[in-house]
Amino acid sequence: MAKPKIAIFDFACCEGCQLQIVNLEEEILDLLGGADVVEWREAMSEKSDEYDIAIIEGSITRMEDEERVKLIRSRAKVLIALGACATMGGINKLKNNFDLDDVKKCVYGKAAHKPHLHTGLTKGVDEVVDVDYYVHGCPIDRKEFTYIIRSLLMGKEPEIPDYPVCVECKAQGNPCLWESGQVCLGPIIRAGCGARCPSNGFRCFGCRGYVDNPNVDAAREVIEKYGLNVDDLKTKMVLFGSQQEPTIYE
Amino acid sequence: MSSVNVNVHHVTRVEGHGNIVVNANDGKIERVEWQVPEAPRFFEAMVRGRSYQDIQTIVSRICGICSITHSLASTKAIENAMGIEVSEQADAVRILMHYSEQLQSHILHVGYLAAPDFFGVPSVVPLVGVAPDAVKTIIRVHRLANEWSDLIAGRTTHPVTLIPGGLTKIPTEKQFRELQQRLKDGLVDLKTVAEVLLSVAENIPNFTRETEYVALKQDNPPTYTFYHGEITSTDHEGTVAINDWKTVANEYVSDQSTAKWTKWHRGSYAVGALARFNNNAELLSPLARDVAKMFSLEKGCCNPYMNNIAQLVECVHVVETSIGMIDELLTKGLKDEKVRVSPKPGKASGCVEAPRGILFHEYEFDRKGNCVGADICIPTNQNHASIQEDFEKMVPEILDEGEDAVRHKLEMCVRSYDPCISCSTHMLNVQFVK
Repeated sequence: MAKPKIAIFDFACCEGCQLQIVNLEEEILDLLGGADVVEWREAMSEKSDEYDIAIIEGSITRMEDEERVKLIRSRAKVLIALGACATMGGINKLKNNFDLDDVKKCVYGKAAHKPHLHTGLTKGVDEVVDVDYYVHGCPIDRKEFTYIIRSLLMGKEPEIPDYPVCVECKAQGNPCLWESGQVCLGPIIRAGCGARCPSNGFRCFGCRGYVDNPNVDAAREVIEKYGLNVDDLKTKMVLFGSQQEPTIYE
Repeated sequence: MSSVNVNVHHVTRVEGHGNIVVNANDGKIERVEWQVPEAPRFFEAMVRGRSYQDIQTIVSRICGICSITHSLASTKAIENAMGIEVSEQADAVRILMHYSEQLQSHILHVGYLAAPDFFGVPSVVPLVGVAPDAVKTIIRVHRLANEWSDLIAGRTTHPVTLIPGGLTKIPTEKQFRELQQRLKDGLVDLKTVAEVLLSVAENIPNFTRETEYVALKQDNPPTYTFYHGEITSTDHEGTVAINDWKTVANEYVSDQSTAKWTKWHRGSYAVGALARFNNNAELLSPLARDVAKMFSLEKGCCNPYMNNIAQLVECVHVVETSIGMIDELLTKGLKDEKVRVSPKPGKASGCVEAPRGILFHEYEFDRKGNCVGADICIPTNQNHASIQEDFEKMVPEILDEGEDAVRHKLEMCVRSYDPCISCSTHMLNVQFVK
């Protein structure tokens, strides 16, 4: 059997998730030994229109990008969304909380009307085309990426945690950040990161997205216990949890 | 004379998207353009309404490669706006965090993205076949840089230990000692990298264009600075206060670009490792100065391709300097510092040197500490006009060499600036329009 061809593409993002792939160093060669990487603009000059597995990094913010991702989907047998921008729109979705004309004027002033500065609502990849697999996080976790790719190359279904960050945080023996007055999203966010941020004394801000069925009652209990209200939680959820319409009002 | 048409759509091996367009007929140049079509992301609009505590989390995402730098610039701006003091210890640990990113970004760029050009191969993958030991050494230095970031910033990319007023957590004495030993080993590896690059240094194009170089300058104490100080340039006597950065950048919107362009005393200016070197070279660490000498890199160098060598020199500088800083920190004794800050209304700027050049962040906050306005000016944007002017001078000089050579030299030129277009927004495609 011929080796599967892999291509990596980037859309609107910081390219930090591709960087995590680079950061695998020589492990990349081991991981991708069972595949051919045919296009990866950030790291290689080679290009190709033929591939089996497409890895998409970044969010979709313009019509021309929607067309490009549809074309990639039509060519790929398997499509993987890489990192928070691709899996759910990521931080770029904060933009959707504002009027788009206002957003453009805010950054470009009088030049805002120029056609090349056009922008649309930010979308995750699955809001434009079907996505087969998700690598969560901002940035992605290198080990999880390796696990998912290796599973796929071996024809196995990767298993992604569907329990909250609190589970991993407790296992690390960390003191709860709510006790020190931080609004931490650990109770409702998907684990798999090893609770990296809370382990470093910084609240979870939700870069891996919500678990499939977030325990809203538990979250409400925590909020009440610490004398806060739902808006306090919302102002944190909006960072990585904004939607297609405004989710916050100032 | 035949026509030369270059059209590189999305230049490869750079961070972000950029295009190069050249049209020439019978030796007459009709068009030479550096274009930046990256999808704009509107960070300055997105931070409005967000708490001062969440600004770093948001703006860190401007760039995956210089996330620590964006985090530091925003945090400094917040501290300046709210009059928040930072302890001497936290200040030193932040600088160590910042150095880790300089090394990570520089070695990635010099070793993985630019070196293939010097060896005449299309990417680092075939480079493994051509120079396996060099690649292994580069990988070792890159890994060291990442683990260094991990240790101090809590993550390799998008730091989580940095908060207004200080840090959530610092490494233990034992961890600092281990890091210090690895940095000493890293210096040996960097010397090897320098020797390997010297062996192919004849492939660095010999092109010069005199221009203005802008960088931070720190007089008290005199330091080859990335973090403290004020703004200066090779065209400017004295310094400009950080809060007055707009009188330096003078941003404008170009039709060629979704990123804003800048100019100060001339039509363009350059920022980055070579700009820092040209302003502060005498303050480099001893071993860094030795490496500069190996490549005959001297203050006043106006060859943009030499920016890669200046980056290598800075790699040595940050590693050597950090070894001494760790000794100082540990001699004073690590203290467990609790950070308590309360928001105040205010407006101010923060400035640090990103690996690819000087970076400005400005924010205004209301009484509750929510952001009411922001302005960010990124190094790659400050280099766009300089890249365009390099192209305009270079193309007539090399037109006779034919399309392939023109394309290759222009791509290398863009790459030498280490553009980070996701920052500015993304880049690189050369098109010769047929």
